[in-house]
Amino acid sequence: MTKNNSRRDFLKSTALSAGGLILGFNWFGQEASAATVVEGIANEAGNTAFNAFLSIQTDGIVTIFSPNPEIGQGIKTAFPIIVAEELDADWANVKVVQAPLDTKKFERQVAGGSGSIPHSWQRLRKAGATARQMLVEAAAKRWGVSASECSTEKSFVIHTASGKKLGYGELATEAAKLTPPTDVKLKDKKDFKLIGSTVKGVDNQALLTGKPLFGLDFYREGMKFAMIQRPPAFGMKLKSFDASAAKASASGIEVVSLKDKVAIVGKSTWEVKKARDLVKIEWEKAANLESSDDHNRIFKELLDGKAEVRRKDGDVETAFKDAAKIVEAEYQCPFLPHNPMEPMNFFAHVREDGVELVGPTQTPQNAQNQTAKLLNIPAEKVTVELTKMGGGFGRRLGTDYVLEAAELSSIIKAPVKVMWTREDDMSGGSYRPAVRYRFRAALDKQGNMIGYTLRGAGINAGNSTRQDNFPAGAVSNLLIDSAEHKSPITTGPWRAPITNFLAFAEQSFLDEVATAAGKDAVQFRLELLEKAKTAPTGEIKYNIDRMKAVIELAAEKSGWGKKKKGVSLGFSVYFSHASYVAQVAEVVMKKGKPVLQKIYAAVDCGIVVNQSGARNQVTGGIVDGIGHAMYGNLTFKDGTPDQKNFNAFRLIKMNEIPAIEVSFVNNGIDPTGLGEPALPPTGGSVANAIFKATGKRLRNQPFIEEDQKLFESVS
Amino acid sequence: MAIFNLTVNGKKTKVDVEPDMPLLWVVRDFVGLKGTKFGCGMAQCGACTVHVNGEATRSCQIPVSSLAKNAKITTIEGIGETQLHAVQQAWIEEQVPQCGYCQSGQIMSAVALLKANPNPTDADIDTYMSGNLCRCGTYDRIRKGIHRAAESMKTGNAGTGK
Repeated sequence: MTKNNSRRDFLKSTALSAGGLILGFNWFGQEASAATVVEGIANEAGNTAFNAFLSIQTDGIVTIFSPNPEIGQGIKTAFPIIVAEELDADWANVKVVQAPLDTKKFERQVAGGSGSIPHSWQRLRKAGATARQMLVEAAAKRWGVSASECSTEKSFVIHTASGKKLGYGELATEAAKLTPPTDVKLKDKKDFKLIGSTVKGVDNQALLTGKPLFGLDFYREGMKFAMIQRPPAFGMKLKSFDASAAKASASGIEVVSLKDKVAIVGKSTWEVKKARDLVKIEWEKAANLESSDDHNRIFKELLDGKAEVRRKDGDVETAFKDAAKIVEAEYQCPFLPHNPMEPMNFFAHVREDGVELVGPTQTPQNAQNQTAKLLNIPAEKVTVELTKMGGGFGRRLGTDYVLEAAELSSIIKAPVKVMWTREDDMSGGSYRPAVRYRFRAALDKQGNMIGYTLRGAGINAGNSTRQDNFPAGAVSNLLIDSAEHKSPITTGPWRAPITNFLAFAEQSFLDEVATAAGKDAVQFRLELLEKAKTAPTGEIKYNIDRMKAVIELAAEKSGWGKKKKGVSLGFSVYFSHASYVAQVAEVVMKKGKPVLQKIYAAVDCGIVVNQSGARNQVTGGIVDGIGHAMYGNLTFKDGTPDQKNFNAFRLIKMNEIPAIEVSFVNNGIDPTGLGEPALPPTGGSVANAIFKATGKRLRNQPFIEEDQKLFESVS
Repeated sequence: MAIFNLTVNGKKTKVDVEPDMPLLWVVRDFVGLKGTKFGCGMAQCGACTVHVNGEATRSCQIPVSSLAKNAKITTIEGIGETQLHAVQQAWIEEQVPQCGYCQSGQIMSAVALLKANPNPTDADIDTYMSGNLCRCGTYDRIRKGIHRAAESMKTGNAGTGK
């Protein structure tokens, strides 16, 4: 099959055997592989067997299939809102069904990079609008009038002149026989009713009554339970194991090895967990067993050594030679585990005729392809069903835990659910990389930034900079480079990869430079943006006006520049994942300690699809940003993380959150994602406000460990 | 293995399990109620919170053999069987969940809090709920949800469970 765009967006419809309309992209007539497994939302089994984004039944029920993984970002509500808007469907009669992986019907079934909404916006609108137009044509034909005389509202076609009405359900079968239009007209954005309103999460009732929606809840009659003992340190491998005591602990316990791991299989979670503790395993060293002290030494070597140039504008050397003032600082951030509340798990059933995978994954297609590769079978033999996910934060972009389940099922020749404990999860090796940054800024006599350098030193971080981010383009002489140490400690994308700590460092350092230049933090940034606009240096990959707009909105909402007694403000702004977020943090002193009181966030994600979902993503991202900047730390001793559960790894708690006020820029631009962009600016706004309040510049995360005395008794 | 007679959500249930099996795994793997979640296995996150005789309890730390003979166990599935509990209703109104995984435990703690203290202040809520972690950061709406539930329980407009 070619990936020709016009063909992939080709729309087709078909009448359901029982009446009704099915409409979908990329219709190839194949049967879908499996009905959805999630209880409580899957009464449309007849419909899921067709290829479709939406279907309309004769009783007027509109079913919308949401293809992308739901991870808490609210996509399962947002996608259907977009379809229903253009369809003019009555939201009260819309049912939403999670679609399984189907690479023929859907594109980019991924939860990551804040990319779902921007990627699918037009396609979802077109799906709704096309069906709407067909329904209108069917009604017009029946009435013997022109389609242009008809309008639609809440799942009805209305003949405006006569007031005649027909429900979508009554029209669906006739509409399905029409040829889908190719030049469908989308709504004028000012006519949006559902988009931009507050819509409740479609799964909330099921969630809050304890329905089994998550991967960990999935159960198949006859399936086995398994846990896996992985090497106790990064850099160790399996030498040998003795399973005799484990096998004797309960009937039917199996113990098998998967390369450098040992899997324990049994009939219940507890039985397996106990048997696991009885397996005697010998490990041996296969690589360096690194400790945090090693990393601190390595950072210094990387910062002083050779690096790969990422961006070079002008002549940095001369700028620093001519500088009236030079500002230098280093910032450091630790490894972090993702810690989704639902630990890793996956169900796999490797059969003679194919493989069934069920569970929480942000990348079902990777799970499919890599499983196929592992088992040496064609990808189409592997089906993937998506459960709801108890968070992901990037952890479930990996497929390690899926492949373990598939491999184990192929060995024991049985359906199996592999479960991770929290300790497995926290020591399981998909961490935010640890990074140290070195910044230098050159100021002229007037306090203009004439030179800027940034060196990123990362451990398995790849390019730890984002060289084209602000202030690139606003500084005539700029050098950004990075150096990397390859470690046995494995890393992966963590919510807002790289920028989740780079933004803190950059926005704190800019604050340091503004202070050194004797300038207001907001004014300093606006001046830089003005320079980028009127006299840009090199390529500019952010939108200057959009960044300026969020800066001004945050300043306005927070009363920046107006004195508030006893309140210190810190500023931060960041562009990531195509959205713009500015923040002002308010810190007050209580008993001599800084307390974060409030954060104002100004957000430009273009059109807000769902007020409720968008606000939740912004406040959630900010709480995440505060929690990890303040408390999150993962340290190593001889290749083993020191923190393995929540008794040692501190997550933010309810009494530690500030008030959060969110404002959206209303600019009508096509929407961008929000799963990530609110997090990156948070550490900077908080650190900058704490500096204002205390004079203490926090340069290392977690803040609580950089200066324990500063925060003592605060939380 | 041993036989245990349990009362879960008002129903008598018999399970044949190891005596040291935590109530969490009895409820999930043997009673078949999946609403009670596993988060940490060491009473640090609150995802597994159930009620034992009305008391909020971390089910991951309670061996089934340690339960009193007539112990009444209530899980998330049991608090609003006929009508949504005021707390569940408030959670919907405030749009509390993001991923939702921790919310069964949050709700079970909130129900217990409101039983002990029908008019909690923000500080009361923060203290009582500090053992329930939420990785998505829904804390502010949880707090609002508890206030809303407290209000509706006073006016008698919503379910309060059995």
